[in-house]
Amino acid sequence: MYNTISRMMRTGLLTEPLPAVEEAAPTLETLQQGLLRIVGRALCIRHVDAGSCNGCELEIQALNNPYYNLEGAGVKFVASPRHADLLLVTGPVSVNMEEALKRTYDAIPDPKFVVAVGDCGACGGVFGTSYASRGRVANVIPVNYTVAGCPPSPTAILRGILQTVHSTSSTTSK
Amino acid sequence: MLPDFMEQRTALPANMPSSHLRVDGQQWLWAAEAMRQFCARFLSLWGADDRDRDGCFRIYAAYLLPESVLVVEHSIAAAAAPFYPSIATLFPAALRMERAVHDLLGISTDEADHRGWLRHGGWPETLFPLRRDVDGSQQYPIVSAPYPCVAVEGDGVHEIAVGPVHAGTIEPGHFRFSVVGEKVLRLEERFGYTHKGVAKLFENLSQQEGHRLAARVSGDSAVAFSWAYCAALEAITGTTCSSRAILLRALALEHERLANHLGDLGALGNDAGFAFGLTHFSRFKEDLLRANTVAFGARYLFDYVVSGGVAVDLTEQSRRLLLDQYDALEPAVANMRSIYDEHAGLQDRFREAGRLEHSTAERLGAIGLVGRASGIACDLRVDHPWAPYDRLDPQRIMQTGGDVAARVQVRFDEIIESLRLCRALLAEPPMDGIRTFVSPAEANQLGIGLIEGWRGPVMVALETGPDGTIRRCHAHDPSWQNWPLIEYAILGNIVPDFPLINKSFNLSYSGQDG
Ligand code: SF4
Repeated sequence: MYNTISRMMRTGLLTEPLPAVEEAAPTLETLQQGLLRIVGRALCIRHVDAGSCNGCELEIQALNNPYYNLEGAGVKFVASPRHADLLLVTGPVSVNMEEALKRTYDAIPDPKFVVAVGDCGACGGVFGTSYASRGRVANVIPVNYTVAGCPPSPTAILRGILQTVHSTSSTTSK
Repeated sequence: MLPDFMEQRTALPANMPSSHLRVDGQQWLWAAEAMRQFCARFLSLWGADDRDRDGCFRIYAAYLLPESVLVVEHSIAAAAAPFYPSIATLFPAALRMERAVHDLLGISTDEADHRGWLRHGGWPETLFPLRRDVDGSQQYPIVSAPYPCVAVEGDGVHEIAVGPVHAGTIEPGHFRFSVVGEKVLRLEERFGYTHKGVAKLFENLSQQEGHRLAARVSGDSAVAFSWAYCAALEAITGTTCSSRAILLRALALEHERLANHLGDLGALGNDAGFAFGLTHFSRFKEDLLRANTVAFGARYLFDYVVSGGVAVDLTEQSRRLLLDQYDALEPAVANMRSIYDEHAGLQDRFREAGRLEHSTAERLGAIGLVGRASGIACDLRVDHPWAPYDRLDPQRIMQTGGDVAARVQVRFDEIIESLRLCRALLAEPPMDGIRTFVSPAEANQLGIGLIEGWRGPVMVALETGPDGTIRRCHAHDPSWQNWPLIEYAILGNIVPDFPLINKSFNLSYSGQDG
């Protein structure tokens, strides 16, 4: 126990400020207010790997490390699509995942956002379209925002999530 | 002694001693029997369509012997129903690979299990995408059919179906549990969900670009796959990379091992209810990835290993930064290890959970990290050291427990050993260049590259086409062999322990789906 507590004390707080989005950068407060206005609570994300190489997953997982501290920004990952506001999709959509992706999308209550993560999700990446791949996510379900990169950095993914919510909140507040 | 027909072996271009043997159908089986007798490890099985060349399909199997690698090749005349004898009774891991070969090429075995493995109804049953007369870019509507899982019957037995979409940021796959109360009586896995037609895509690439696709077979093993690809190409073309490039490749490979082990140790703590472990290990991992950005130009080294060398040189400043990083990481990991070891709740979850007995591991052909945690001495860096491991004297890490705790300990020990290797690599780096020109290979040459990735041996078998093209490329992830082991390790455990046990194996879905 002593070891555990001493490690905590020595480590301190590591969380870095949120990345800026285009237009006026939201502070943590305005972001959380925006979230509350649109979704009525913290932003809940459901992730679906629609056929990725697993590289993008590693960077999404990194969002939960203490530097990015996603939950601290009022954003959390949930286990069921029925609890989600935003669907984060990685990979080109493999033919074998097409149906599962569509069903997950349908299970998310409105209003819902979809962010396609990675070059594969954004444009098909190295896999493109083929007998086994439907290519970019937008070929299968509607997409609000794409994050390029192979894999995109956690900061880029975080910026993509914030940007999606921010642009929706600014259009709804007008 | 090996049977007589096996003396006909010829040398095969590879980054470790390897040979090539052409056999007929009967000898295909005899060779497998001989390999079983000699306690060879089964590495991979794949097929090719060569009807345009000589009217034959081909099936290949690769085995790992104590001194060398053997690739056995069997030509199958392209009859109406091309056929070869299954080796799955000798090497159970071959079964899923044989099913995959059937889905892609339409050549089958005498095995009873003919359920599609990669084909889930996404393309017609009579279409075999890896055949040369099939246009791989064509799209087809999905016609899904039910997949008959083996049913367990009896008083109080019920089924739990999980996936393909899981509750978390992980890859898709389907698990069918038959349980009584909470105890698992049987688990059946079904994969193929992330099949992206990688083998077919390789055939549209040039030899110079192939490493980029290889790196994306399983992103967490990008360095291992791209190095295996380049090793095969360099062996075929007789290219020798500079010693600096070789050193930097090994450094990148060890960083990949470190990053994955650190991530896994955190996730394993978390899955056992100790979020503190995740916080700290994910921080160490992030620190390492940030150091990667400075030293190698990217957090994940997807395009770092290139044909003939590496893409980015290491500056003297980065070298010192990395050494400082290791000095900070080593005591931090040691500190976390004592915290894990002394945490009664954590050890209670780790010990005895998901035990893979040595005998089961041996019979089913466990390989890599999972094998080493069940007492299987198999590490290419130790057994078949290729450059630069031949001068680093890598230490074999082993545990015999076979449970989650053993797989945790192997990871801790491998982190320490990897750090030692990294320091040795950076001690006096040679100053020659980082990239050698690789001339286009002659057509119809077969070569293999084998690299011990963080999960286990990653293999690429490359066959060249004319004018710098790829004729066939088979990329094999060790997850193929190790996935079926979870079906055994879970028996008698409770369903809620599955995520922890599964994480302790941490196998690749994309790597096996291809
Ligand atoms: S974008 Fe890159 S890292 Fe992400 S799934 Fe595609 S290949 Fe993998």
